[in-house]
Amino acid sequence: MTGSESMTGLSGCLLLAAINFHTLLFYLFATLACGFAVGVVLADNVVRMALYLVLSLGATAGLFFLAGAEFVGAMQLMIYVGGTLVLLVFGVMLTAQAPFVSLQTSSGDRALAGIVAASLLALLLQAAVSVEVWRRPGLGEVAPPAATPIGTALVGLRVDEPPPASPSGVRSGYLLPFEIVSVHLLVVLVGAAYLARAKRRKTPRAIEVAASAGSVELAVEPRRRTGGATSALTAGGAR
Amino acid sequence: MSCVGVNNVGLIAMSGLVAATGDGVSVAHYLVVGAILFTAGIVCMAVKRNALGVLMGIELVLNGANVNFVAFASPYLRGQGAASLGIDGQVIALFVILLAAAEAAVALAITLSFYNNHATVDVDRADDLKG
Repeated sequence: MTGSESMTGLSGCLLLAAINFHTLLFYLFATLACGFAVGVVLADNVVRMALYLVLSLGATAGLFFLAGAEFVGAMQLMIYVGGTLVLLVFGVMLTAQAPFVSLQTSSGDRALAGIVAASLLALLLQAAVSVEVWRRPGLGEVAPPAATPIGTALVGLRVDEPPPASPSGVRSGYLLPFEIVSVHLLVVLVGAAYLARAKRRKTPRAIEVAASAGSVELAVEPRRRTGGATSALTAGGAR
Repeated sequence: MSCVGVNNVGLIAMSGLVAATGDGVSVAHYLVVGAILFTAGIVCMAVKRNALGVLMGIELVLNGANVNFVAFASPYLRGQGAASLGIDGQVIALFVILLAAAEAAVALAITLSFYNNHATVDVDRADDLKG
């Protein structure tokens, strides 16, 4: 091994140690999250949109881990990526359009949306960088794991900081919001099951009529297939 | 010799990385990410004609708001002399995740019901209540 090679290897090791890996990983996850979010907007196929949304939400979970919010990141992965996205994909499959109909947006709408997006983004970015104290680099203070303080705060006990010296001396936790959210979740899930239940009808549904009416009518009038749902219903009833 | 050349290229790339990642991440970096996610979600909600696409836009908006909450709550990102939300921000982010899951369940049920009645998920066709 020559001297120059060993010098190169040594300085390479020094440079490798000098890279701020937290910042590097932040840029990686931020690029992934933003890129796949834009991909959700630009994709026309709904299955592809769901995939991009999964990846964007997963990269955001990585950002949460980097910010020191490991419990929130884990919940993001479990609830969003594991729960909501399964729900969404089932929705995609249950409402599959006949042979891959993709609902296109008109180009005029796309241009208008681009203008609105650029204005909104300029406003938000200006607001994000306008406050000087938010631009100071983080001190890198490492906090203890947040799962225990969050768990105790949810049942009403704050252990993350000492109680204030105010006359009341009370720091309330999150017991009441926790209860409200849990009852809300219960009611919402019961309501969703009620809304999505299989209904028995006297008259056939429009989708069944459209299926039984044969492909000739669909091929002739693909756009007005459901617009004339009532006439199709009466035709199906007469048949 | 070529090996040394590759090493030099690697060294240059690595020093570029060192220079680019020299400063730590600040709260403003996270706010920029949140702003981009929020804007993508708003555009998704406004542009998509598929009801499920509108739902995904709502998820993106809520996620962008969550990024901001977590950034302001993070002890790691707190700059010199800056205030921090502490654990409150993380708890609020958890509530937002839960409410987003509940909202997705109801919205999907409504979408399924709409599909059963109209045989489409095009939101432009949902004009039965137009006066």
